[in-house]
Amino acid sequence: MATYLEFIQQNEERDGVRFSWNVWPSSRLEATRMVVPLACLLTPLKERLDLPPVQYEPVLCSRPTCKAILNPLCQVDYRAKLWACNFCFQRNQFPPAYTGISEVNQPAELMPQFSTIEYVIQRGPQSPLIFLYVVDTCLEEDDLQALKESLQMSLSLLPPDALVGLITFGRMVQVHELSCEGISKSYVFRGTKDLTAKQIQDMLGLTKPAMPMQQARPAQPKEHPFVSSRFLQPVHKIDMNLTDLLGELQRDPWPVTQGKRPLRSTGVALSIAVGLLEGTFPNTGARIMLFTGGPPTQGPGMVVGDELKVPIRSWHDIEKDNARLMKKATKHYEMLANRTAANGHCIDIYACALDQSGLLEMKCCANLTGGYMVMGDSFNTSLFKQTFQRIFSKDFNGDFRMAFGATLEVKTSRELKIAGAIGPCVSLNVKGPCVSENELGVGGTSQWKICGLDPTTTLGIYFEVVNQHNAPIPQGGRGAIQFVTQYQHSSTQRRIRVTTIARNWADAQSQLKHIEAAFDQEAAAVLMARLGVFRAESEEGPDVLRWLDRQLIRLCQKFGQYNKEDATSFRLSESFSLYPQFMFHLRRSPFLQVFNNSPDESSYYRHHFARQDLTQSLIMIQPILYSYSFHGPPEPVLLDSSSILADRILLMDTFFQIVIYLGETIAQWRKAGYQDMPEYENFKHLLQAPLDDAQDILQARFPMPRYIHTEHGGSQARFLLSKVNPSQTHNNLYAWGQESGAPILTDDVSLQVFMDHLKKLAVSSAS
Amino acid sequence: MNVNQSAPPVPPFGQPQPVYPGYHQSSYGGQPGSTAPPTPYGAYNGPVPGYQQTPPPGVSRAPPSSGVPPTSTAQVPSGQGAYGQFGQGDIQNGPSSTVQMQRLPGSQPFGSAPLAPVVSQPTVLQPYGPPPTSAQVTAQMAGMQISGAVAPAPPPSGLGYGPPTSLASASGSFPNSGLYGSYPQGQAPPPSQAQGSSGAQPPQRSAPQQASSFTPPASGVPRMPSMTGPVLPGQSFVGPPVSQPNHVSSPPPQVLHPGTQMAGLPGQLPPMHSSQQPGYQLQQNGSFGPVRGPQPNYGSPYPGAPSFGSQPGPPQPLPPKRLDPDAIPSPQLNELPPQQKTRHRIDPDAIPSPIQVIEDDRNNRGSEPFVTGVRGQVPPLVTTNFLVKDQGNASPRYIRCTSYNIPCTSDMAKQAQVPLAAVIKPLARLPPEEASPYVVDHGESGPLRCNRCKAYMCPFMQFIEGGRRFQCCFCSCINDVPPQYFQHLDHTGKRVDAYDRPELSLGSYEFLATVDYCKNNKFPSPPAFIFMIDVSYNAIRSGLVRLLCEELKSLLDFLPREGGAEESAIRVGFVTYNKVLHFYNVKSSLAQPQMMVVSDVADMFVPLLDGFLVNVNESRAVITSLLDQIPEMFADTRETETVFAPVIQAGMEALKAAECAGKLFLFHTSLPIAEAPGKLKNRDDRKLINTDKEKTLFQPQTGAYQTLAKECVAQGCCVDLFLFPNQYVDVATLSVVPQLTGGSVYKYACFQVENDQERFMSDLRQDVQKVVGFDAVMRVRTSTGIRAIDFFGAFYMSNTTDVELAGLDGDKTVTVEFKHDDRLNEESGALLQCALLYTSCAGQRRLRIHNLALNCCTQLADLYRNCETDTLINYMAKFAYRGVLNSPVKTVRDTLITQCAQILACYRKNCASPSSAGQLILPECMKLLPVYLNCVLKSDVLQPGAEVTTDDRAYVRQLVTSMDVAETNVFFYPRLLPLTKSPIESTTEPPAVRASEERLSNGDIYLLENGLNLFIWVGASVQQGVVQSLFGVSSFSQITSGLSILPVLDNPLSKKVRGLIDSLRAQRSRYMKLIVVKQEDKLEMLFKHFLVEDKSLNGGASYVDFLCHMHKEIRQLLS
Repeated sequence: MATYLEFIQQNEERDGVRFSWNVWPSSRLEATRMVVPLACLLTPLKERLDLPPVQYEPVLCSRPTCKAILNPLCQVDYRAKLWACNFCFQRNQFPPAYTGISEVNQPAELMPQFSTIEYVIQRGPQSPLIFLYVVDTCLEEDDLQALKESLQMSLSLLPPDALVGLITFGRMVQVHELSCEGISKSYVFRGTKDLTAKQIQDMLGLTKPAMPMQQARPAQPKEHPFVSSRFLQPVHKIDMNLTDLLGELQRDPWPVTQGKRPLRSTGVALSIAVGLLEGTFPNTGARIMLFTGGPPTQGPGMVVGDELKVPIRSWHDIEKDNARLMKKATKHYEMLANRTAANGHCIDIYACALDQSGLLEMKCCANLTGGYMVMGDSFNTSLFKQTFQRIFSKDFNGDFRMAFGATLEVKTSRELKIAGAIGPCVSLNVKGPCVSENELGVGGTSQWKICGLDPTTTLGIYFEVVNQHNAPIPQGGRGAIQFVTQYQHSSTQRRIRVTTIARNWADAQSQLKHIEAAFDQEAAAVLMARLGVFRAESEEGPDVLRWLDRQLIRLCQKFGQYNKEDATSFRLSESFSLYPQFMFHLRRSPFLQVFNNSPDESSYYRHHFARQDLTQSLIMIQPILYSYSFHGPPEPVLLDSSSILADRILLMDTFFQIVIYLGETIAQWRKAGYQDMPEYENFKHLLQAPLDDAQDILQARFPMPRYIHTEHGGSQARFLLSKVNPSQTHNNLYAWGQESGAPILTDDVSLQVFMDHLKKLAVSSAS
Repeated sequence: MNVNQSAPPVPPFGQPQPVYPGYHQSSYGGQPGSTAPPTPYGAYNGPVPGYQQTPPPGVSRAPPSSGVPPTSTAQVPSGQGAYGQFGQGDIQNGPSSTVQMQRLPGSQPFGSAPLAPVVSQPTVLQPYGPPPTSAQVTAQMAGMQISGAVAPAPPPSGLGYGPPTSLASASGSFPNSGLYGSYPQGQAPPPSQAQGSSGAQPPQRSAPQQASSFTPPASGVPRMPSMTGPVLPGQSFVGPPVSQPNHVSSPPPQVLHPGTQMAGLPGQLPPMHSSQQPGYQLQQNGSFGPVRGPQPNYGSPYPGAPSFGSQPGPPQPLPPKRLDPDAIPSPQLNELPPQQKTRHRIDPDAIPSPIQVIEDDRNNRGSEPFVTGVRGQVPPLVTTNFLVKDQGNASPRYIRCTSYNIPCTSDMAKQAQVPLAAVIKPLARLPPEEASPYVVDHGESGPLRCNRCKAYMCPFMQFIEGGRRFQCCFCSCINDVPPQYFQHLDHTGKRVDAYDRPELSLGSYEFLATVDYCKNNKFPSPPAFIFMIDVSYNAIRSGLVRLLCEELKSLLDFLPREGGAEESAIRVGFVTYNKVLHFYNVKSSLAQPQMMVVSDVADMFVPLLDGFLVNVNESRAVITSLLDQIPEMFADTRETETVFAPVIQAGMEALKAAECAGKLFLFHTSLPIAEAPGKLKNRDDRKLINTDKEKTLFQPQTGAYQTLAKECVAQGCCVDLFLFPNQYVDVATLSVVPQLTGGSVYKYACFQVENDQERFMSDLRQDVQKVVGFDAVMRVRTSTGIRAIDFFGAFYMSNTTDVELAGLDGDKTVTVEFKHDDRLNEESGALLQCALLYTSCAGQRRLRIHNLALNCCTQLADLYRNCETDTLINYMAKFAYRGVLNSPVKTVRDTLITQCAQILACYRKNCASPSSAGQLILPECMKLLPVYLNCVLKSDVLQPGAEVTTDDRAYVRQLVTSMDVAETNVFFYPRLLPLTKSPIESTTEPPAVRASEERLSNGDIYLLENGLNLFIWVGASVQQGVVQSLFGVSSFSQITSGLSILPVLDNPLSKKVRGLIDSLRAQRSRYMKLIVVKQEDKLEMLFKHFLVEDKSLNGGASYVDFLCHMHKEIRQLLS
């Protein structure tokens, strides 16, 4: 193991886990002094080519409060056929099937390379995947057309035995019955009336006639598919039908008078979708896919009235407490999200509109259930079309990259407790001995439900070291954590993935160097960012920034090398060197800054930030900038205004946007048409190179980024200019000389100023 | 002649012939005489004999030579004298009649004695008519009568009457008459009928009838006197032209009259009278004088009547009216045959017979158009076919009044107790010969109205100051004439353009409404029809849904359209429902209909806008596909529960969303017990019958439906309900909305496709096709002194004056009751103006105006002489049927009886000449009041039998509420037609017989209809040949009892009967299902229920018993 870097990467590769600290301070006090909490980013379903699932069930620790799963860290007595739980130290008998076990004949779960292992549960009924489309019909004609085509196309991508359903809404909500031939049939609901799940099921005729319990029981399994089949049908049976139905879908026919928004009953539509699935397929993997082209304008969950003269709430309104509908709407969607989560279903939101569409209020639907949130300008854009298509992409096994109804359980060795998790999950409220009283993120539990997840879904999980200072851990002791993820695979199998990891304890006083070296600044940055974003949801923006700053200063104070009151003497070791820069960009990021973003955009950005893996998260925090020029091969350059040079083409990836920026000279050349002249073919290639690279990114990313091709002076160049470090502004332009870059017209501080200030504060004894 | 002159004024629109209206009146005259009848009969009888001889002489027709009349007159006097002595009652009748006559312009003009008599005769005739009843006769008579009535000429026949001379003899015969009196009533002498027909015309009829009933000869005689015989011949027989000639000839008599008329009104009517009068004139003279004179006069006139009797003997046959309560056949009354003296054996033939009255009226008034130019004329009976010429008053098809002569003071009105009511049918359908109301477009300014009372311009408005202003005839306010409407007046003060403008010359016309008359100040969109079909298990199983869907496909081509429009403007929509509602999108651009289910029945709404209401032609393919699929889709349904209120609500919301008025056609099968607003429970409880709580059976269970109806009315949403119940569905509650929105309810108990298909299809077709006005408001304005205070019918009222009708079709009537506000003036009379603002089928907003002028009187006798019993019964039935909602049925019945007794007692006290207290004296016009009233009292609503369900009662109750006079008439007193008595060759309807088992002979087959039911009763000993040719089986025993279709057989009898059934059905707004009943079969009970003159199983009194009871009541009041 050469370096920590390699170690970290290897661990990530194998287990999908990255810890902020890879050597753990052995006492509670020391741990809190580390500033950055002990935490990890866990990608539960990280795609592993080399991990064939085992076709049997895991062996559990017999202690009822523990039930940890047999893992390579357990001590095994092959002769006695016993194993000791590494969490509770309970000694367990192997089950009968393991009688042949020996040092040379080990089951997979005992092999070290299987610190992560996946079991397939054969028991229980397998239920098909369910996709319920909830489609807004208050769209412009071409938008609706595009959406219809996308939906029709999606039918061919679904697994043939998956069940699909269709709900359309506008002023009314229609639940389409898919089973009937000839006449197309739908159940219609008023868009203004909130209905309880019971009412919805009654009205849809989903409630079974009251029968004596005894009779009902045996009948249930059979009747179940029958009842629901009217609204949810296997794709292979009704794809023709549904294709026609989608084809005939009309725009909402109710007249919209001048100066009004169309009446859009999103709240009720979602409520019905949730109620429908709740009544028919509770605890079965299902996706509710909401396609909306504007804000909900009536009924429960209404975000804005239908008067166009009243604009939809802005951050300004929210700050002024002027968004009167927001709280109520949010409450409605939260209630829905919680119900959905309880049922193990997830809600995707595909919002394509030029104005806001209420994502702020609806965000919890996606956030709490692990659904996707996609925001675009129109359904008639490749951004939406490809993103949507990508949802149905398959992995190398030919399985869909989606899993449902997952439960993540975390077990820790006794020196650790679980403080919480941040990600697309809800708490299952399972208290236990390893649950900390201090909450970070969603805490108070050792289990979370993630209703929808994919191979990149990543949670931040925060721990607390509870070992007391006066009870030192013996040298070489290791702390262990086990992550148990039970989920419904897209092949409809139930599976359990178990990841068990261990890290060394170290005494922070004597072995600080070890700990310091084992700091994963990338993971730490992302974990801190998640904490910040999580706070930002409930706290005022400036408070969060202040908190973040303080943490940074404290970290620098703790791990920096400096002489008191001498800023120039300040140094950070290599493992911390990038951290302040991450923080600088995080402060400027849309996750914490709402200026220039609508509430919807903020919600959208935050949503993705809370579920993407480390690499993507880092890109979000600090976009990547590549430079293409005749001076050499493409190279990453500083995200700095000084990188903006006339003879360069820049490619910036902010995760949400891909910006290609042609420097002034390049732009002029292009305008002059050099690329079309055979003698300047190299110029043509130069122009083409970033495009190809951009394509690669576009193809790989979900959701598909907004693709921006601009040039010096172009209006869209703002996307680039707003991201780079404003090292040159109108204030200091001349001081920096003529040499390079483009001045940014901003009052934001530049990284240099930030760093200077940070150093000053870090070395100050006052703070 | 005058007549002719008068005619010209008829506006271009109007039909030219204004002249004749008077005729009818003449007949009325007869009615008043009713009391008199007895005597007249006597008289008649007397004459009869003589006549009899004459009649045979079919020659009588020859008599037409008017020349005769004079003779008659001469005779008359003698006759009169005699009569006078006889029954004063009779006389009264006579006089009353005459009085009426007088009122009739015609009569007045006649002033001349001769004319008067004539009049009286006709009157007499009527009375007689009733008794005679012999249907056949009547039929012929009808024709005859017409002639008589129409063609005063006939009177010439009166000449024929020459018999009048005989009159004298008649008078002599009076004593006999006593006997005859009874006879007259008896129709017995049917055979004579033929003769009667020939002989008996107007007056004659009565006579003839009587005669017919009794001794053929007698009958013959009376006819002869009536000479009408001749008349008839002239008209009907001789052939129209001839008859006309007669009329023409009459002119001469008229000419004479003119002289007389001079005194009287120049009215065109007179001529008519005159025509009749010729024969009678003499008498009339007598009568006239008397007429004006107070009661005594009447008495005398009646005597005149008797004189008629003498002349035509028959005319005064009024006899039936007198009855001795105790010993009906009071010795005093000659009328009653001796046998009757036993209390319980009153000869049914001796009491007034509806058949006879109807027959007489037909004969007297059927042939000439009824011209509405004269104020206060009593129109012919509803059972009479007649044409109407609008000359300034609304046709009786639109408005009928209980009395055409209103007491001047409220005291008088109170004394008489005769309800003052008008039965208004604003959108009545007219026969093809009559033009529908002209549409007047006054452009943007809209119709001209009085500034104060807002009455619309009408012929009664008085233009003054050279035409610059007009005085409102209702409130006397003086209004300026707008410049664009100005026109000069002629020397009579009439506008020069009076005859160019319908609103100045016609009784009924329409204005195009301006946007001010529209909801929200927007012209309405074309209305829509929404078909809402129950698809619950019951509906599917009975085959209803399949049948209905199949039928709708073709029916949609026959939506009502306006004028010559190529296609109907009406849009259609479809909904099916059980516990939830299914709406259908049938937009033309769709390949397949789309179904939208709304299960939120608690809070109903319309799930779609575009594509729900569509043009039939544009969306035909989709609609057809939908109708094909509906039965399939629900074929396997197991849903038995239904909702109801949400369905209506949905329809109403749909119309609201589409911003139009319209009609919902609801096809519903069961009590709505599913959880939803308007949910009902089964509360049928027969134990409540005859308790104080019985009224709850008629009241709706919940107020929800009233609220809903109110909303419907506000939206102009009319609801027609077709019910197909297998058990109790609570019609009382379900019919609330149809009732309040002007819709109809149809009920098909235990619907089975095989049995009820035809009936349902036919009803549905008619209902869909009929012309409807939507979103209507009706207001009845009256001239100062009276005021509309109460309204009956299918509508909603949110204030006390405006009748709001979400929909109004040509079958619906609104009955309006008036009360005095103030004194009325005899000079100016009383005016009614009914204004109906509505949206036509094509979505045009219009105002239909009906005007009617009534006379006012200071003499009670005038009132009694100008009453219409049918209308009265219509009002009383509606009044009583509404009463059961609030009072115990017993109370309601008692109230009815008391009121009738008061009416009759008042007459007896104030108008009849003194006579023995034991004598029952009925006003001629009301002599049928007891029998009809009895029918009302025995009806299912007021006296339910064991087999009558609560639903049936509620159903009938609401049905009657909007019936017109013709419908109530036949509903309460069914028509019973013998099928095998008249020769097969005869093409006319067989003459009806009285609805009593005694009239059935077991060797005959009878047909009975009451507008809702149709029975064929087969006597046990009907000839095999007849059975074979009608039923296609060889013997009586092989006839399937309860058969509902006659086999189609190729023989004259079968064809005739089937043809008759078809024609009867065509006359009614609802299809009558046929039931074949065999004598002595268990189904016969059902049939007997309709023999309303008999004692009913559930305790209803027989006619005779009831008459006795009435008499007792009257005597009590008098003593």
